[in-house]
Amino acid sequence: MSNPLVKLENVGIQFGGLKAVQNVNMYINKGELVGLIGPNGAGKTTTFNMLTGVYTPTEGDITFEGKSIKGLKPYQVTKRGISRTFQNIRLFKDLTVLDNVKIANHHLAKHSILSSVLRLPSHFKGEGKMEKESIEFLKIFGLDVYKDELAKNLPYGMQRRLEIARALAAGPKLLLLDEPAAGMNPQETQDLMDLIALIRKEFDLTILLIEHDMSLVMGICERIYVLDHGQLIAEGTPEEIRNNPKVIEAYLGEEVKN
Amino acid sequence: MKKSKAFWVYLALALVIYAVVQVMTANEMIDLYYQNMLITICINIMLAVSLHIVIGITGQFSIGHAGFMAVGAYVSAICTMKLGLPFIVGIIMAGVVAAIAGLLVGVPSLRLKGDYLAIATLGFAEIIRITFLNIDYVGGAAGMVVNHMTTWTYAFLGVLITILVISNFTNSRHGRSCLAIREDEIAADAMGINTTYYKVVAFVIGSLFAGVAGALYAHNFYIIQPTAFNFLKSFEILIYVVLGGLGSLSGSVIAAIFLTTVSQYLQAFPETRMIIYSVVLILVMLYRPTGLMGTKELKDVFRLKKRGGSEA
Ligand SMILES: Nc1ncnc2c1ncn2[C@@H]1O[C@H](COP(=O)(O)OP(=O)(O)OP(=O)(O)O)[C@@H](O)[C@H]1O
Ligand SMILES: [Mg+2]
Repeated sequence: MSNPLVKLENVGIQFGGLKAVQNVNMYINKGELVGLIGPNGAGKTTTFNMLTGVYTPTEGDITFEGKSIKGLKPYQVTKRGISRTFQNIRLFKDLTVLDNVKIANHHLAKHSILSSVLRLPSHFKGEGKMEKESIEFLKIFGLDVYKDELAKNLPYGMQRRLEIARALAAGPKLLLLDEPAAGMNPQETQDLMDLIALIRKEFDLTILLIEHDMSLVMGICERIYVLDHGQLIAEGTPEEIRNNPKVIEAYLGEEVKN
Repeated sequence: MKKSKAFWVYLALALVIYAVVQVMTANEMIDLYYQNMLITICINIMLAVSLHIVIGITGQFSIGHAGFMAVGAYVSAICTMKLGLPFIVGIIMAGVVAAIAGLLVGVPSLRLKGDYLAIATLGFAEIIRITFLNIDYVGGAAGMVVNHMTTWTYAFLGVLITILVISNFTNSRHGRSCLAIREDEIAADAMGINTTYYKVVAFVIGSLFAGVAGALYAHNFYIIQPTAFNFLKSFEILIYVVLGGLGSLSGSVIAAIFLTTVSQYLQAFPETRMIIYSVVLILVMLYRPTGLMGTKELKDVFRLKKRGGSEA
């Protein structure tokens, strides 16, 4: 068995007095599609934020491809090969759909500021490549028809898709999806899941997926981690998770509260 | 290649304007007053566009732009008047030193956000002004005598190069990175953009051209004084950018032309000038809160018109 692609060891973070996440041990092997579930406020997004350098864990360590990424800035983490989507859509609203994707593609291009200012051949070559690649990404998500539209004018479901297209354009090895189907109807959700399966194959991706819709997570994930009150309470196959009393209790507890 | 077509149209238009003014000047159809006004317009366009890259493109609210203009003005004046160097060397030195000043100010202050950045940049500009005020070598409050060297050709080339560099920068992966920062800094960071680096780059480019504008300004009158670079000057430049529409290069050019013309005619009535400025600003904020052009460029407006026409 080779080393996992990403590994969290005793990871924890504290905000003031609040321990939002503690003692989390997780690993994801290359090529896996892993789910991260848990009730509201369990610490799922916070875990993403630690994985992507938005927050630095106050405890433990995170390694990616065998090297620690703790303390790196978000853009450095992205360059290493982790990219993400946001639970609350964070597109570049006043820019075009195409520009949104091109921006994620930016760090993979090489032409310098000077070459752009002087419009040297390397500028045209680099920009041409970015344009072509970005349109390819848009095509996969059926967004190419909207390419000159401002991101804010897209229908909601398309905005969610653009978030993923953009994350993909950043050239990740590990893709983190934070509730990508939130607010979508069942048909849109199903289409999205098919797409995720497709890009996973096409781009040889490893995926960590946060999702509230249990049936959905159970349907496509090979392995699932369950967070509750900042701690991992279960790990296993969908079948194991479904029958885990702790998980049932965590979710039932939530339902009772609601 | 639509973009390059628009580029050649603009370039041709610019050259025509240049030639017309040049011929009219040679035939004494434009007197000194108007020549001076045209040069002032050019200088103010350079100031507006160089601030536009910082505020309009990168979304960093810097309001001390006159500080970099002052650096350029004094550095170039020292080069030509004290060291006896040619004007062009003075201009280049003005750009280089202002860019370095931009780097030194930008690195610490661009970590600040919103109001704090505004205060820091305003503070910097005041420090620069007070420094020149207290250096006898450059004449202190009395100012420094500078020969008139700025010609229409210099001013025109200054504008042309400023606009060319800044629009080429904007329409590239580098400019898009700056736009991404303006739109959503956290998302930009998450997409692999070194946000600090690009904020500093935009700031340095803006400072560089403000410095060059300062050099042209210094050599357009016979004297430079620190008061010319006070916070009112910074606000004036800010108004061009805001009035033109944050994010629109053509907007800031149009606003600079318009307001410079208005204020030249009202020079004899400084109070009226401020009142008119205020009224214009209030009207724009009421009826067009995104500025004259919003984030659109001139060519977008024309394209929209054309499309609308063919559909009708
Ligand atoms: N920057 C922060 N400062 C203080 N507390 C925070 C911060 N970020 C997250 N938290 C807290 O950490 C806890 C976990 O939040 P998180 O957003 O990770 O939950 P989640 O599992 O993603 O929930 P949801 O399903 O609602 O998205 C919450 O109590 C939240 O208030
Ligand atoms: Mg969340």
